[in-house]
Amino acid sequence: MEKELRLMKGNEAIAEAAIRAGADGYFGYPITPQSEILEYLMEANPQATTGMVVLQAESEVAAINMVYGGAACGKKVMTSSSSPGISLKQEGITYIAGAELPCLIVNVVRGGPGLGTIQPAQSDYFQATKGGGHGDYHLLVLAPASVQEMADFVELGFDLAFKYRNPVMILSDGAIGQMMEKVWLKPQKKRSEEILPWATTGKPASRPRNIITSLDLDSERQEKFNLKLIAKYREMEENEVRFEEFMTDDAEYLFVAYGTSARLCQKALQLARAEGIKAGLLRPITLFPFPKKRLNELADRTKGMLAVEMSAGQMVEDVMLSVNGKTRVSHYGRMGGMIPTPEEVVENLKSFIKG
Amino acid sequence: MAEVTFNDIIKPENLAYRKSALMTDNVMHYCPGCGHGTAHQVLAEVLEEENLQERTVGITPVGCSVLMYNYIDVDFQEAAHGRAPALATAVKRLMPDKFVFTYQGDGDLAAIGTAETIHTCNRGENILIIFINNGIYGMTGGQMAPTTLPGMKSSTSPYGRDVSMMGSPIKMADIVALLPGTCYVTRQSVNTAGGVRKFKKALKKAVQYQNEKRGTCFIEVVSNCPSGWKMTPVESNKWMEENMFPFYPLGDIKVPAE
Repeated sequence: MEKELRLMKGNEAIAEAAIRAGADGYFGYPITPQSEILEYLMEANPQATTGMVVLQAESEVAAINMVYGGAACGKKVMTSSSSPGISLKQEGITYIAGAELPCLIVNVVRGGPGLGTIQPAQSDYFQATKGGGHGDYHLLVLAPASVQEMADFVELGFDLAFKYRNPVMILSDGAIGQMMEKVWLKPQKKRSEEILPWATTGKPASRPRNIITSLDLDSERQEKFNLKLIAKYREMEENEVRFEEFMTDDAEYLFVAYGTSARLCQKALQLARAEGIKAGLLRPITLFPFPKKRLNELADRTKGMLAVEMSAGQMVEDVMLSVNGKTRVSHYGRMGGMIPTPEEVVENLKSFIKG
Repeated sequence: MAEVTFNDIIKPENLAYRKSALMTDNVMHYCPGCGHGTAHQVLAEVLEEENLQERTVGITPVGCSVLMYNYIDVDFQEAAHGRAPALATAVKRLMPDKFVFTYQGDGDLAAIGTAETIHTCNRGENILIIFINNGIYGMTGGQMAPTTLPGMKSSTSPYGRDVSMMGSPIKMADIVALLPGTCYVTRQSVNTAGGVRKFKKALKKAVQYQNEKRGTCFIEVVSNCPSGWKMTPVESNKWMEENMFPFYPLGDIKVPAE
């Protein structure tokens, strides 16, 4: 398959990009609003072309543990789900982080808590960026704001997962998953045939047996392992912070928003500027690692920052930690599947400015 | 006839049993008299005799055998509690030429992992599931298992398992035998020399069926737990024969058509 321009849903773009990125396996379970990923892959039947395995598991729990098994063989494997399903996957995710395995997890977020709603939300930020399951760990979290980024972040996500031997999450939402946009798809990559030295692929005489486990009953060794994980996360913070800025050069007030919220803040920015308010936008692309340093720099020359999220206010806590009291920080958000309009964001910015 | 001396008996050429080359020298953590060590040794013998080391991926459970990867010299993945068949599914699908087995206890396979067990068998994944059924949670200190016999005492059924309140023991081998995905389901033991030989034969059959990709093989081993049952090893074996074997009868439950 050559490079190609297509009109696709965000969910379909993820599926097609996975095939083209040379993924070895996808394991999923249906849940709205992301079932198109599994459906698209089943219809595309890549097993017959690239050899990519696609399997509908009996539950999200089984699916993430299939990912564990495949990742432990050094294979490029992934799963996807939406909020309630991602909660179920947390057991597997913490084991994967603890066993230092690479994999890609897609969360097309819907409103919660509980069964919540099937409409878009950004209320899984804490769960995605602070660990999600038990124990001290982080995922590397990518937040796409377009169908193009849904596609691009699949390959990027796999690359980062293998670079750090750490699970990577694409934190999307129901709006980006369901909306259609044009998307440039990359040419088909061949699936890797490389046998990774740490992978469980059968023990040849030339090496000791490989054991993939997250268990160590010796506390001193376990603590050393925890420190090793922390060092890895610090390295991510050094090397992998990604963000995008809009009109920050002369901005007095800054929107901080990711994904769908960042898109509507781009419009809100124009509306605010038309009214003479010098607004800017910082869009974090990686939510972990978070663009702390850049926000801290911008705090020196802004009068305030408004975190706009489709949640009760989760990312805003990271913005506050980043600026460390240097400037005013507030939050505006809608919940339950409601998406704020650019007009209401501007109104909220105005009242924030008034103080 | 010349008298046979002790020194004759222990000559290497007269050894009927030896430690498998695939058994490591690590000291086992199992309690004295426990069946796990024997089951490990027999499995290692089969993997060695069938030249499977280079293409075997084993999946260990959460339970007493969580540290099995310390004892058999093949590649291992350690699963979350009950999830071993899900891991094995992916390993086999992604690397169809490998020999993939799970080794699970009753809590792991028949309680928390019931869904994974049933669906893996139902899909007919080409893996071998070895199920050690000792009717109790050994590692956590003798709690009631899904396979605990009616009336049997445990730390969470201190007055004996009351089936009206706690349900009846599950016969997992019989359940998975009903699924079209399984090709070979058998129930064995390792507490006697005869039992060990039959278990080994069952493992060899499973290897053959796996090589032929005939579906899921499921070997249950009815075993003992001297510590959890609060008995000596000898008492526990006697109790197992008198109580466990009548409830979980040994022998083949499903064999493939030749």
